[in-house]
Amino acid sequence: MLISFLLLPILTAIVLLFVKKDTMASSLAIGASIATLALAVFASFNTLAAFDMAWLPSLNSRFTLQVDGLAKILILLTAISLPAILISTAHNEYKQKNIFLSLLLFTQAGLMGVFLAGDALLFYFFWELALIPVYFLCSIWGGEKRIAITFKFFIYTFLGSLFMLIGILFLNAHTEAHSFSIQAFIHANLTNGQKITAFALFFIAFAIKMPIFPLHTWQPDTYEQSPTAVTMVMSAVMVKMGLYGILRWLLPLFPVAFAAHTNVVVIISVLGIMYASFIAIRQDDIKRLIAYSSIAHIGLMNAAIFTGTGIAIQGALIQLFSHGINVLGLWIIADILEQQTGTRSMQQMGGLAKKQPTLAILLVGFALANIAMPLTNAFVGEFLMFNGLFILNPWIAAFAGISIILAAIYTLNMVQKVAYGEISEKINAMPAPNKAAQAVLIILLIIVFVTGLYPEPLFTLTADTLEQLLAK
Amino acid sequence: MAFMKILIAFILLWPLAGFLFNGLGRNYWSKKMIAYKATGYIVASFIASIFAFLHVQTNGAVTVHYFDFIHTASLTIPFDFKVDALSSLFLLVITGVGSLIHLYSSAYMQEESAPHYARYFAYLNLFIFSMLLLVLGDNYIIMFMGWEGVGLCSYLLIGYWFSNGNYNYAAKKAFIMNRIGDLGFLLAIFWLIAKLGTVSYSEVLTAESIAKLSTADITGITLLLFVGAMGKSAQIPLFTWLPDAMAGPTPVSALIHAATMVTAGIYMITRSNILFSHSEITQNIVAIIGISTALLAATIAIKQNDIKKVLAYSTVSQLGYMFLGLGVGAYSGAVFHVITHAFFKALLFLGAGSVIHAMHHEQDIRKMGGLKSKLPITHITFLIGCIAIAGMPPFSGFFSKDEILAAAFEKNKIYWVLGLIGAAMTAFYMFRLYATTFLGKFRGSHEQEAHLHESPLAMTLPLIVLAILSALGGAIGIPHIMGGHHWLTGQLSTIVSTPHETSLAVSTEWILMGVSVAIAATSLLIALSRYSKQTDEEPSSAMGKFFYNKWYIDELYQKAIIEPLNEFALFLKEFIEKKMIDGAVNGTGKLVQFSARKVRLIQNGQAGYYILFMVLGIITLFLIWFNDITILRFIHTLFQK
Repeated sequence: MLISFLLLPILTAIVLLFVKKDTMASSLAIGASIATLALAVFASFNTLAAFDMAWLPSLNSRFTLQVDGLAKILILLTAISLPAILISTAHNEYKQKNIFLSLLLFTQAGLMGVFLAGDALLFYFFWELALIPVYFLCSIWGGEKRIAITFKFFIYTFLGSLFMLIGILFLNAHTEAHSFSIQAFIHANLTNGQKITAFALFFIAFAIKMPIFPLHTWQPDTYEQSPTAVTMVMSAVMVKMGLYGILRWLLPLFPVAFAAHTNVVVIISVLGIMYASFIAIRQDDIKRLIAYSSIAHIGLMNAAIFTGTGIAIQGALIQLFSHGINVLGLWIIADILEQQTGTRSMQQMGGLAKKQPTLAILLVGFALANIAMPLTNAFVGEFLMFNGLFILNPWIAAFAGISIILAAIYTLNMVQKVAYGEISEKINAMPAPNKAAQAVLIILLIIVFVTGLYPEPLFTLTADTLEQLLAK
Repeated sequence: MAFMKILIAFILLWPLAGFLFNGLGRNYWSKKMIAYKATGYIVASFIASIFAFLHVQTNGAVTVHYFDFIHTASLTIPFDFKVDALSSLFLLVITGVGSLIHLYSSAYMQEESAPHYARYFAYLNLFIFSMLLLVLGDNYIIMFMGWEGVGLCSYLLIGYWFSNGNYNYAAKKAFIMNRIGDLGFLLAIFWLIAKLGTVSYSEVLTAESIAKLSTADITGITLLLFVGAMGKSAQIPLFTWLPDAMAGPTPVSALIHAATMVTAGIYMITRSNILFSHSEITQNIVAIIGISTALLAATIAIKQNDIKKVLAYSTVSQLGYMFLGLGVGAYSGAVFHVITHAFFKALLFLGAGSVIHAMHHEQDIRKMGGLKSKLPITHITFLIGCIAIAGMPPFSGFFSKDEILAAAFEKNKIYWVLGLIGAAMTAFYMFRLYATTFLGKFRGSHEQEAHLHESPLAMTLPLIVLAILSALGGAIGIPHIMGGHHWLTGQLSTIVSTPHETSLAVSTEWILMGVSVAIAATSLLIALSRYSKQTDEEPSSAMGKFFYNKWYIDELYQKAIIEPLNEFALFLKEFIEKKMIDGAVNGTGKLVQFSARKVRLIQNGQAGYYILFMVLGIITLFLIWFNDITILRFIHTLFQK
């Protein structure tokens, strides 16, 4: 069963390489991604057996796939994202669209692998597998400045991965049977000093991936220059790899080193939240605004996880999913605006509420989720995370809390510039609404409000992971 | 219980249904249908509220549980609602005044096209829903949901005419200032959770919980709650959004920015009165902020010439009185003033709306005058509102204001003296407004004069009902010295942990009352005699200018807070981000690129492929490396040393 999360996208991706007709390629990709979504929904409500087979016997590395609540929630997010992205961008023009779509599905497979892997080497393998198609997608289909930007992105994240690889080898050398399994890693025989070294090696990789301040500068540029479909994958799901890595590997492997670094990581993260929020206020490019807003939100999740409090980690587990849904909605809107107006500058927009009222309403809906209004999904997660921060240190929570005011400022600025005011030239020139994308947005918005009012299913789904993490 | 469960769901869900009905069907329904549904749903909610109120009268408070909102190992936040003496009173005010304002709006907003008409009513219904959530919740989280919900509706309605940039700015300002307060509220909730592990009223607001909290805890929590109240109820320093909020349609000002939402802060503190009564410091701060706001806003109101701005500052000022009441421990007095204020201020705003309607969107009172004969119903009802707010017996405002002033006198005579000065100013600016608008000669254009007309029944009927309530509403709180029973205090006896018991002698009470009536009457007459003949010109004195320009507080915030923060953000963006952090990253990157250029063999200009080859190379290396066990062994021995 679990292997199908890999096989389905990979096989489709291979077939896509030979489908030259754009519409057919698009339908095929959408169909496969919806099938994956159905699988993921099924998986969310059922217990699934682990998948295990020999892989690299000489290295003692096994092809082990396993799921728990954390993996399920991210697999569900990945599975929702792909059809949402493919449907809402179905009308976008890409040269050699079949290859573009194929690479997107390869990315999906890589992401699924990252969340399923129970073997460190396999984890690393998927970690890179998810990145490689993205490099191509950005460097071939990206904007004007894509070359320099992709290069930076590539070097930056690759460097991070390298640290992790060293960490993995380092741990492997200290396990009894030179195993790569997560259980063996947990019981690795390390001195305290070695643990801190290994902790640092992993942490750098995850920190770059998220990214957290000050390792974030690759992100706004990459988000801005990538084709939006790719930005969506990166922003909704890929950045969660870093947080996932912390929850799956860092915390269980090095609980003591983790606790020892609580204060420093929380403080850096909180500074990062404030920093990104302030910068978001001064952005005119809608994609850069969303990018900085996202850095702030991810920073909060990282801070919450590092408090080590159950309530904050619970919040982060839920927010992993919710943030993905919300940011996906914002990116889809940003993409429609860019495609239909030909600009990303919010200065040149305005009056969307008159031209396309439905899209404006959807924008307001996702804006509310972005500022964590109560009864949106983000409120649940952010409330719990701030609560945990408060338990750790009230002053830090109060300081970080200023970001909810800043979030209101930059988000409402965006709404005001895009949706309200007199109708601008660019907005006036927009063609008929993109109905397919709007339908996707409506479904996402329903998820926003349903899980905002009744988050119980998300709590149930993540209960087992939380219990295990807290046992550390 | 099952009955109440359904009833409460009814009260809440009717307005929500109205929101969905008009929001989703905005392109399909006729205007008539939109207005009928929107108003009908609120009336239905009002009727259900009456039942709930009666149920509480006979059977006492009821709590109903629907489901758990948040459920974790250490924290459970249920979706529970409570109808008790306090919330059932608020229910009646919200849905009752809400129904009247919906009716009024159906005529007032007639110029709007159907989709926008529907949007207006959808927002208005959503507002009622949020407000009901706020008062019905049985814990601070549900209160907070409603709290932010009403803020959102206020934002949407202030910016209802969204093409106008200034209106959008006002809407955003309101939301952001409220968010500052909301942060305080949130921190108070976290503090409660950290100390008590719960946010349910039935667990937090008990003597046992108070015993678990240190004085510092209580003071901290109550101050943070009060910060939330400052934002929502427009107190110093977070009041400047409310006058700007007048950008919204006038019925919105009446409902949200006078009668209901802005009194949420008073509701919150009354609900938490057991906490506030345990912190002397907080109580003093609440009283001082309250009376200061009352006076500050009154001075500004005296100099304004926009009919809605006068009423807006008046609202800020009256809210200040309510906080004074809370600060001196007169909780039921504050709630009393909330109720009477809801009647007369909604009346005044709706009256102003009727005037604006007749004057074709003119709001400057200097261009009005002599409307008395042209708008007879509006005139009489507006006059009743003015008398009520000025505190003339036996109109409602007299009783509620007097109760607060008497309690202030007992606590600290300075509060009382300042309160009297404020009352004098209130009577003055209200009758300045009344006289300038309705008395004297008409000063507008001939065109306006030709079109002057009384408003239709849908607008005058709410005016008449509210005028009656404003006149007689004091009956719910007639003090003992006048032979009354003070019904309201009796009602709230289950809510207020330490009821305010007056220790004043009967004669003292009569004297206090007489002094405040005499002072208010005097300034009322001065204003009447002066402004029935003339209008205010641009102020020439320094003080006049100072008041006219609202103490320059907006300018102060602009210069001292907004601009520096904007500059700081720009500094972060342009210098720290671009030059420092990214500069360092790119510097490292350039170094790498430079060395890469030395060994680069393939260069076909397609950098995408250039990266492709690089990646392929890395993968190859990676595979070789891992299949070569000797290298791996070497690494192992390296690390094991």
